Formats: sequence, structure tokens, C-alpha cells
Amino acid sequence: MTQPAQDFILETQNLTKAFKGFTAVDDVNLKIQRGHIHALIGPNGAGKTTVFNLLTKFLQPTSGKILFNGDDITALEPAAIARKGVIRSFQISAVFPHLSVLENVRIALQRKEGNSFHFWRSEKILNRLNEQAVALLESVGLEGFANTTTVDLSYGRKRALEIATTLAVEPELMLLDEPTQGMGHEDVGLVSDLIKKVSKDRTILMVEHNLHVVSKLADQITVLQRGAILTEGDYATVSADPRVREAYMGTAADEVEQEKNEEVAS
Amino acid sequence: MNNMKINLFLLALALIAPTVLYPVFLAKVLCFALFACAFNLLLGFAGLLSFGHAAFLGTGGYVTGYLMVNSGLTPELAIIVGTLAGALLGAVFGKLAVKREGIYFAMVTLALAQLVFFFYLQAPFTNGEDGLQGVPRGALFGLIDLSDNLVMYYFVLTIFIAGYWLINRTVHSPFGQVLKAIRENEDRATSLGYDVNQYKWLAFVISAALAALAGSTKTLVFELASLTDVHWHMSGEVILMTLVGGVGTIFGPVLGAGFIVTMQNYLSGGELGNYIHIIMGAVFVVCVLSFRSGIVGQLMKFKRNNF
Repeated sequence: MTQPAQDFILETQNLTKAFKGFTAVDDVNLKIQRGHIHALIGPNGAGKTTVFNLLTKFLQPTSGKILFNGDDITALEPAAIARKGVIRSFQISAVFPHLSVLENVRIALQRKEGNSFHFWRSEKILNRLNEQAVALLESVGLEGFANTTTVDLSYGRKRALEIATTLAVEPELMLLDEPTQGMGHEDVGLVSDLIKKVSKDRTILMVEHNLHVVSKLADQITVLQRGAILTEGDYATVSADPRVREAYMGTAADEVEQEKNEEVAS
Repeated sequence: MNNMKINLFLLALALIAPTVLYPVFLAKVLCFALFACAFNLLLGFAGLLSFGHAAFLGTGGYVTGYLMVNSGLTPELAIIVGTLAGALLGAVFGKLAVKREGIYFAMVTLALAQLVFFFYLQAPFTNGEDGLQGVPRGALFGLIDLSDNLVMYYFVLTIFIAGYWLINRTVHSPFGQVLKAIRENEDRATSLGYDVNQYKWLAFVISAALAALAGSTKTLVFELASLTDVHWHMSGEVILMTLVGGVGTIFGPVLGAGFIVTMQNYLSGGELGNYIHIIMGAVFVVCVLSFRSGIVGQLMKFKRNNF
């Protein structure tokens, strides 16, 4: 069976990160296909967040290469990577807590205006971005909170705001670090619907612990264990792999299966 | 609108103040108020605690003083050159300091400021411990004689208002928005594509320039440039002024500077003069322990809760 030539938006070649006496990421060759939702899963300490930090250069790789759209971006600064269109989120919701919800989104829109160093002009010139910012807030259902101080939002809404802010910079590739972590049932549904919605026309790489979310969203899954890739494939392939079951999924995967069976039965 | 009214009221107050209070004292308050506002731009709005701002105050003072004594420049030009010298020094210091965070940032600024202190101590043109004395105030634009204290006060008031306006504008500018975002969540600002160090650096330069402006003006007021202004005590004092008045509020540092300068003036004249550092230390402790948001921050809280 010959595969058609695949279009990879992001590729890592032998990506390795060694801390003193400990290899957190070990020779990882990751290939993210354009348009996919790609999930990175694995037990705690498998190196998922470290991979994220390497891809966005918040950490320096010890060796290996990172290619974005075929270009080597291994040497770039974090902010330069962001300007290329690779935008990340963080495990703990990344918002600007004491700015208003509208201002949060506007900060992201502002950069392309080219006036971000203008300290002698009034911030009122930013008001021309308001319409665009409100439209982005509407897309995540936050239009009613535009003037709220962000710190007062619920956790789920903060994550929604974070996604709106990320969308504002029109990323080609979104990296989401545990987008549903620490959320109640309702918020998990809300955010995973949102991810599905924004995944049109772009590529998403996400670290996620919640296997319900992964089984629902991911086109492709990479399982990490002790810093190395254990296996890759779609949910059915990965969840059927006995090594994965042993290493990580175990009961959690069974539960999903069970639930699916129950859904079918009822 | 309300803010506008308050500002006009304060302006009126500043205009009539010399009828009641000694103009040189008022000018001193304004110089320190500008210094504290400049410092607060960095601490309150960029979240950077500099422990070396005396270097900029002192550099402005020495450069302006030297020029007034030796060059025959008019005072406004000497002040401009002093301010630019502070900006230049700030550009160099900032480049080195913004790479570090938190306590390390504070330590780098302190170390660099100590270098500057010893330079001024040793350099022949500063007269070492004696300082530059008898600096002439000159005539503004070659026309308006500044030797009259009242005229000098209104000149200082004009400079203060210009500096205060610039700080206010910087805080409420597109640049100020990014600065606040960086203060709130630096990693997120980076991940949105902002080179955060460049923004911190620009804030550092603006703050240094305005601190030097305050120092330049102060030298003309007192006709003196001395080591006191570059000593690390001064870097500490401006932190105290800003904290007492309210970090991150626009007007707080003005009030804080007024409070500290007034206290120093009254205490140093009276019997308590020997205890001045103990009393200031006590004020600092009380401020940090019980009203962290400072006078203005506390008033704003009170207003929020009761109206």
C-alpha cells in the first residue's frame, strides 16, 4: 500500500533534551500532518510538556532538529517562533489576569499593527481593533464578558479566552498543553467542542490526559513513555496496543471502551 | 472626566502653593516626585524592581551641573543634555539588566549603580566628596533669569508636568498595553510573538531618562550636584517613596515623594534629626506590612468599597 506524499507542517528529527543525568526527551521523531488534530499522550513524566517547551524554544534542545513547513527553526528565539505562526498555550491558563477580556484579545491583535513600541501615542488608537476582538470573543462565546476583568472569569471561560487570544494571531499550528486539565464535566465538553471548531483550516498538537477528549478529537496519537515514542496511530490502533495498555491507559482506556459500548447498547 | 477635574484641582493647588510654602522646598518635592514617577514606570507597570536608579538621577545632576559651570549653555539645554546622558546610561544598563529577572535584575542594577558611584567619587570633575557647588541657574533661553526662587519653582513645575504627562501617556499607550501584558504574564506575551526584553529595555530607557531629568532639574534648584544623589541610599529612598504612595498608581509616587521629603525636612531640623533613618525604616516596615498598596492604592480600595 503506497501512501500519497504527506504534507507535514511540523517535524522533529532526533529531538533530544538531556538534563543533568536525565534524558527527558530521547531521540523523538515527531511528524505532524497538516490539518490534523494530533494528540501527545503518555504517563506523568513522559516528557510531553518538555516536548512542547522544545518546540516553542522555551527550552533549548540538546540535539536534534525542528522543521516547520520544511524550514529549520531550531535556532530561533521563542518570540520569533510565535511570529512564524506556531502559538502555544500553557498548562495553567495563560491569560493576562488584570486586563479586561477585550484587552486580552487585543494584545494579540496589536502586534501586527506595528505600533507596539509607540509610547507617545494614546491607547485609543487600539480601539479600531475592538470590532475584530469582539468577533473573536463571539467565536468562543465570551462576547458578554468583553469588559470583565479577566481574573473574575471562571476557569473554563479563561481557557476559552486563551483560545480566542491564540486565534487572534492566526496561528498555522496551535500547541495546546492539557486544555481540559482541572475542569469540571461541563467545561470539558465546552472546550473540546471549541477545539473541534477551531481545528478547521489549521493544525493542532495537544497534550491531553483526558482520554474521552482524545478519543473524540484526535486524528493521530503519539504515545510517549520515558521521553521516547512508544507508538503512533489513530485511537483504535493505539488503544489496542498491549504495550500502551500496560504503560499507561490500562483502566482508563477500558472505561472509555465500556462507555462506548454502553452508548451503543442504549 | 472626574480625573480631569482632579488634575485641574491639583494644578491650581501647585500654582498657588508658593504663596504658603517655601518655593525651594516645593521644587525639591517636585523633583523627587518626578524621580519616583519615573521609577514607578518600571516597577509598577513593567514589574521590574531597579535598585540602581540613583545612578540616573546623579548622572543627570552631574552632567547638567558640569555644563552650567563650564560651558555657558543655557539651563534648558544643559537639562536636555543631562537627560540624554541618563538615557544613554540607561540604554547600556538596561541592555545588561533586562536579561535577568526578579532579585537578579535588582542585583545587576545595584552593582552597575555602584560602579557609577565610585566613578563619580574618583573622577576629577565632580570634586569628590565636596560635589559641584555653586552651580549657576543661568537664564532660561538666555532670557528669563532663574535666580529668583519663585521663577525657578514655576520652571520646575513645567518640567514636572511635562514628565508626568509623558509617563501617563506611556502607561496609556499601545506600548504601555504590551508592558502591562508582560508584567501580567511574560511567557504568554512571548508566545504571542513579543520580544519581551526589547519592551522592558525601552521602558528602562524612558525611566532612566526621566530620572535623569529629575536629577538635572534638582541640580539647578539647589545649585549643587553631590554624591548623595548617586549613593545607593537614594536608590532605596525612591523605592520607599513609591511604596508609600502606591506602586502602579499614576499619582501615588507624587504623594509618596511629598510625604517622605516633608518628613525628612521637618525631622532633620528638630530634635529627632538623629533618628531620621530609624523613623524612615519604621515607616517602611509599617507600609509593607499593613498597607502594601500605598496611600493612593488604599484610597482607591476605600472608594471601591464604599461608593
